[in-house]
Amino acid sequence: MNMATSTPVPTGLGESRTSKASDRIKMQARDVKVYYGDNEALHGVDVDIFENEVVAFIGPSGCGKSTFLRCLNRMNDTIPGCRVEGDVTLEGQDIYAPSLDVVLLRAQVGIVFQKPNPFPKTIYENIAYGPRLHGLARRRAELDDIVEGSLRKAGLWDEVKDRLDQPGTGLSGGQQQRLCIARTIAVQPEVILMDEPCSALDPIATAKIEQLIDELSESYTIIMVTHNMQQAARVADRTAFFHMGDLVEVDSTDKIFTNPGDQRTHDYITGRFG
Amino acid sequence: MTTDTLTIEERSRQRLATIEASLAGRHARERRFRRMGLGAVVTGMGLVLILFISILMRGVPAFWQATFYLDVHFDPEVIQVDEKPVRESGESASAFRERELAWMSRVGLVNWQQIIDEALKAELGEIEARQTRDLRALITSGERHALRDRFIEDPSLLGETVRLKMLASANVDVWLKGNIDRSLPDRQQQLSAQTREWADELYARGVITNAFSTALFLNTDSRSSLASAGLAGAFMGSLFMMLVVIVLSVPIGVASAIYLEEFAPKNRITDLIEININNLAAVPSIVFGLLGAAIFIGYLGLPLSAPLVGGLVLTLMTLPTIIIATRASLRSIPGSIRQAALGIGASRVQTVFHHVLPLALPGILTGSILGVAQALGETAPLLLIGMNAFVANVPGTPLEQSTALPVQIYLWQGNELRNFFEARTSAAIIVLLGLMLSLNALAIWLRKRFETRW
Repeated sequence: MNMATSTPVPTGLGESRTSKASDRIKMQARDVKVYYGDNEALHGVDVDIFENEVVAFIGPSGCGKSTFLRCLNRMNDTIPGCRVEGDVTLEGQDIYAPSLDVVLLRAQVGIVFQKPNPFPKTIYENIAYGPRLHGLARRRAELDDIVEGSLRKAGLWDEVKDRLDQPGTGLSGGQQQRLCIARTIAVQPEVILMDEPCSALDPIATAKIEQLIDELSESYTIIMVTHNMQQAARVADRTAFFHMGDLVEVDSTDKIFTNPGDQRTHDYITGRFG
Repeated sequence: MTTDTLTIEERSRQRLATIEASLAGRHARERRFRRMGLGAVVTGMGLVLILFISILMRGVPAFWQATFYLDVHFDPEVIQVDEKPVRESGESASAFRERELAWMSRVGLVNWQQIIDEALKAELGEIEARQTRDLRALITSGERHALRDRFIEDPSLLGETVRLKMLASANVDVWLKGNIDRSLPDRQQQLSAQTREWADELYARGVITNAFSTALFLNTDSRSSLASAGLAGAFMGSLFMMLVVIVLSVPIGVASAIYLEEFAPKNRITDLIEININNLAAVPSIVFGLLGAAIFIGYLGLPLSAPLVGGLVLTLMTLPTIIIATRASLRSIPGSIRQAALGIGASRVQTVFHHVLPLALPGILTGSILGVAQALGETAPLLLIGMNAFVANVPGTPLEQSTALPVQIYLWQGNELRNFFEARTSAAIIVLLGLMLSLNALAIWLRKRFETRW
């Protein structure tokens, strides 16, 4: 259906990739342009995302990495005046096709935001909301299982199992972010987008989230935006460098940080600008 | 080297001195501002206090009225009526009702005034025939109807003597409370010298006392029996109007606000609508009255003076307030909550109804109740749709003629018998204020009840 699959794009697939990631293309973007009103924020991005890999988007502020991330589950739809051109596919399916239901897309491509944003409800309700919304659990026991499983995967179960009926907003920042991750996992998406998930957290909470991302990549495809280059180096299989609305290069993390192909990438990771 | 460090030290000292010099002025400005703020608050509170105290001081005495305690003899010679009909077996309901009504009208023709006159004469001794007028000025004219109604309720009173409470006439009340200058010459007094003398005498003997009266709450307005004029009709009228306003303006207002804020595309048309809503909120309320008179009464042919029409007019007036308050409340909900719900795959409607609306509810409720309270106190538009008419019965439906509390206050405030109605007006204001304060208390309670802790 999509012509773009045949177009070769530098993937950075090399020996350095971890074994977790497969060669199956999960998501694909071709010539994605984003406009805010008349202003073109992204000038045509081409990238392939493989199943079960962790991809990090890095780049200076305002380079368009978050904008691109939000294109991947159409969160940009909610921004007035925002327009997306080009093709984005999930498993070969055009996600901007008129026939596609955005609700279904977001159930497949979940998102975790920069600032933890739990609902002002109980911890249980925070997790149960998504499954209940999509009718994933028919009985209370099933829902309980989903809640427990999601919290376990997010590494939060032991900390909150005795206070599931307490407000999620009462947790610490790091716990809240893991709660948000658990909430996203509860819907069992295939891809998880993370928009600077650790920027509001302290180093210990950050370490926990990073470890979590590592574990989650066993079963999910994870795309994260980060400002922290060490973080990208620690958790990502591949890293994409954005600059001024362009995707400058995407390659294996090792290569980006040791031997980047583009001068701008080199300047950025060595701290010349950004 | 040392000179260099000295100059650095000196410079830093100089800088500190400059900052210190400016400090006094800054603190003075801060103190001045704080004092001005405090002054404004104190002035405002003081004025409110003066308002409340003056209204209470004028209004509270009106809840107590000069009241007669009389032994009333239901004299069979005067009350010459047959027994109250009893429904016979086999008689149809309508036939019985007809007989009952015929009996009632015969009871109505009894000279009840004579019964009251006799009771007064029993206290005052025999009087001359020409003094009958003076005698009848003592008790308010509504009491003879009350006597009749009491008899219709309980015909076994015939031949009995019962101790009854009866309201003194408004002028007696004014005279006894000292609300008229006692030194005024006879021709400037409302009551004859004889009536005044009797009133003083009976008051001294305890036949007349200043007793708490429920007339203000239970009776409707009256022009013939001023002492028993009450707020019941206006109260029910206001209640019906509030019902109409709440039922119409809250759902319509909240729904339009949700649509405009959460779903409507942001374009010229919605901008225009927003500007117009803001402007409508500032339109003088009397204009809504004109609109209501033209559309609801003139075009749709709804009845004049009806609480339904009043409610519709006040709904139009309240809508912008509720829409603006609801939109502000929705806007104050952080976007992160919407994004969280959307990100999980909630549709926009689900996002709004599951997350945004519950969080905005306290603000919406507060705004709505304040809008309704504002409508409750509105007078001007009601004057234009005929709600300032004199209505002497309690409306049973929103389509019956009625008046409203603020309009009743306006009408009483213009009554010719100022001495009596000044207090009565203030008493009506107390009732209206009481109603409003309870509405506001409800708003605060609801707000606390639905407030989500973050």
